Amino acid sequence: MAAEKNRPARTVVRGKLRIVNQPVSKVDAHALVTGKAVYTNDLAPADCLVVKVLRSPYAHALIKDINTARAEAVPGIECILTYKDCPDKRFTMAGQTYPEPSPYDRLILDQRVRFVGDAAAIIAGTSEEAVKKAMKLIKIKYEVLEPVLDFRTAKDNPILVHPEENWKSLCPVGADNRRNLCAHEVSESGDIEDVLASCDYVIDRVYHTKANQQAMMETFRTYTYLDTYGRLNVVSSTQVPFHIRRILANALDIPKYKVRVVKPRIGGGFGAKQTSVSEVYPAIVTWKTGKPAKIIYTREESLIASSPRHEMEMHVRLGADKEGNIRGIDLYTLSNTGAFGEHGPTTVGLSGHKSIPLYGKAEAFRFTYDVVYTNVMSAGAYRGYGATQGIFAVESAVNELAQVLGMDPTILREKNMVREGQVMPAYYGETAQSCALDRCLERAKEMIGWDEKYPCRDMGNGKVRGVGVAMAMQGSGISGVDTGSVAIKVNDDGFYSLMIGATDMGTGCDTILSQMAAECLDCELEDIIVSGVDTDTSPYDCGSYASSTTYVTGMAVVKTCETLREKICERGAEYLGCSPADVEFDGKKVTNLKTGESISRKEIGNRVMCSSNEPLSANEAFSSPTSPPPFMAGIAEVEIDKETGVVEMIDYAAVVDCGTVVNPNLARVQTEGGIAQGIGMALYEDIVYNAKGKNYSNSFMQYKIPSRLDVGNIRVEFESSYEPTGPFGAKSIGEIVINTPSPAISNAIQNAVGVIIRELPMTAEKVYRGMQE
Amino acid sequence: MEIQFILNQKQVTAEAGADTILLDVLRGLGCKSVKCGCETTNCGLCTVWIDGKSRLSCSVLAASIAGHEVTTLEGVEKEAAEFGAFLAGEGAEQCGFCSPGFIMNVLAMFRELDNPGIDHIKEYLAGNLCRCTGYMGQLRAIQKYMQAKAEKRDGKSGREAYV
Repeated sequence: MAAEKNRPARTVVRGKLRIVNQPVSKVDAHALVTGKAVYTNDLAPADCLVVKVLRSPYAHALIKDINTARAEAVPGIECILTYKDCPDKRFTMAGQTYPEPSPYDRLILDQRVRFVGDAAAIIAGTSEEAVKKAMKLIKIKYEVLEPVLDFRTAKDNPILVHPEENWKSLCPVGADNRRNLCAHEVSESGDIEDVLASCDYVIDRVYHTKANQQAMMETFRTYTYLDTYGRLNVVSSTQVPFHIRRILANALDIPKYKVRVVKPRIGGGFGAKQTSVSEVYPAIVTWKTGKPAKIIYTREESLIASSPRHEMEMHVRLGADKEGNIRGIDLYTLSNTGAFGEHGPTTVGLSGHKSIPLYGKAEAFRFTYDVVYTNVMSAGAYRGYGATQGIFAVESAVNELAQVLGMDPTILREKNMVREGQVMPAYYGETAQSCALDRCLERAKEMIGWDEKYPCRDMGNGKVRGVGVAMAMQGSGISGVDTGSVAIKVNDDGFYSLMIGATDMGTGCDTILSQMAAECLDCELEDIIVSGVDTDTSPYDCGSYASSTTYVTGMAVVKTCETLREKICERGAEYLGCSPADVEFDGKKVTNLKTGESISRKEIGNRVMCSSNEPLSANEAFSSPTSPPPFMAGIAEVEIDKETGVVEMIDYAAVVDCGTVVNPNLARVQTEGGIAQGIGMALYEDIVYNAKGKNYSNSFMQYKIPSRLDVGNIRVEFESSYEPTGPFGAKSIGEIVINTPSPAISNAIQNAVGVIIRELPMTAEKVYRGMQE
Repeated sequence: MEIQFILNQKQVTAEAGADTILLDVLRGLGCKSVKCGCETTNCGLCTVWIDGKSRLSCSVLAASIAGHEVTTLEGVEKEAAEFGAFLAGEGAEQCGFCSPGFIMNVLAMFRELDNPGIDHIKEYLAGNLCRCTGYMGQLRAIQKYMQAKAEKRDGKSGREAYV
């Protein structure tokens, strides 16, 4: 039976798809476009206590005394919690599979505050006015300490961000809190020093990417209440409901069975909500008071105390011969995890493991990293998860090599890029079983008109247009870790309930997983219902991150459908009074092939509800030993004002190989959206701190995400390979799409005005200064 | 203070303080389509119509709308669903959190501008931020909706001419 279950799924057939690969609308579309009350704050009971967090004005300080007496006297105040009220047991807010690689370095409230905006007290009351008034009346005496603000000096700095004895790291990631070190590792293949020493050219450069905000439109928010059974119910805008259950149990030091987490519709995540940013605050209020409570982060809080992209500085040494064969890549990444280690040990890995393998010919590589604690806001997961940073560095170095060689950067890539069937030593030795990167680059060049436009065109009005190129890869889930399980049951009249623990955050996994199920079960999309995640009833899924849902949970859907089809056949045969070997299920009915007699799915569904000793349902899980990379090529065309250095986006051609495209519309919008976010990272977005560690980028006035006037034209096409281990040949799409804009735009600026910018964002000032040199 | 105004064509009464913003009053009256995305008038999520014109309800004092007419997405649901089908047809509603404010401004644009070109559309909607879509799908939806409307109008007038 086990062997049978592992056979290739019957429905995974190329070119014969009815519902998969079709641009169907999302199953929740109508509610969303008519503004129905489906998000966390829309659903919260009116009598919830309003919860707010009083935040530290200092980057590093010890709380010496908190006087809450006057604040507690404000009418309507229910409770004010300080570090003395919180368990002294450290945990991580990172939404990762246990044991988490992220260190256990958090308390709900701590006596030591570690960045401007760190939580110092929790206030709950019956109205916003009362809570705000009370916040002003809390008196805190701080012993102000010197902070570590420059991540280049953090390692082995005498000032420690986490000197505490009960800090702990669960996994061997090279962490040492006595050295401000959150992670450290070296991986290599071949002798990189030997190879570089024998290269004709070695590009030796340092690149710097800043922290960036995901800036999803719905800020962090959670409400909590106790149910009939005295359990803590948590409704939260999260990508990781099952991880939140564990995180809250750890944080509150209560058994996991006491916690239930429900995920309604989410107003965007992009990785931000893979960290438990807001949940602990109303949770502890409800646990202490027994009353419902909610927290709605302001945009300011979402910008100063959240989970942005890790700032990274990357030293690349790229060696090549005269003909442009890339022979070796040496990368050192220094990553800034900020005050806490959420996703610190894991994001950094992708900066090398998802950039170096793009170049398949290299004889040797070395990838070394340090992840350090500093006294700025903790970093977290953001679409691309380190790959974005590393690809900016490696792709920029390749573009610099092209310049040194006097070679077209697309030709240099055609010479060196990874090809289908190649083993990727820097990608854990995996083989690229599906890879259409060559076709992606070729098509992107055609789309933009590369041969006519490279390197630049003077527009004659003080402006010059340049084109620039980059490639990217990502993964499809975390190999050997990510687990998706799926259950499907047959109901009366034969409709199906598809139960998933994967979290749709607007990207459409409820829809694409339904498409896969409908394809496998030979039914219509309308025959399948799907609902949001509830940790009490949904099958386990690690959540929607690491580009895992389409690939990992998608395969779980395929497996579940296969098992369910067999069970439907068995049940149909039983009702028809024949052997299961003699029947066939066509999606609508089970037919006895010997007699022609049949029973409809509808009738089967109704009959299993009467005098049945076995439910008609199936439940399967999937985890993959590999993480097949999607690939893409992106080409930017920008226009630069030679007098001011202002960079304007003109056109962006992107071609993606995500394997079989499960839903062309949703995949296209994912790509366009990721590119626009990437344009924001490349040109506009910056988290700026002052000399004392205060974050100036605390509103959409200061932290500028692109509007529709800032992104130019974005054009997307797909060049599909076929991933043999994926559902219907599919790989992931969610993250890779943010990885090409920064290096491609940098290259376009380089090709237009000869200025190479190695630190993001590439503002007009930097371009202007570069042109003056 | 007590304020009276017309909300989605119905006379309503609400209690508001001197510093209460319209956004909170509208959500309190059950119009949950109205969302807050930034508090600094940058995102456009809280867009409603006051006397038929798009306004950001996060920056309007509730007290100032006494006697005025306010429309939220709930008040134009049929039209919203009609355009929304085009938005969903592109997959461009995505998370949907910015959809109500965006759709309110799109519908206001159709009332104000006759057959706007791409540049006009982009400029009119520049204040409606979206982090999911990169805006291209929204633009496709608008263009296809306008085309469908035009075809319907032309088709209708053609049939009418025949009759």
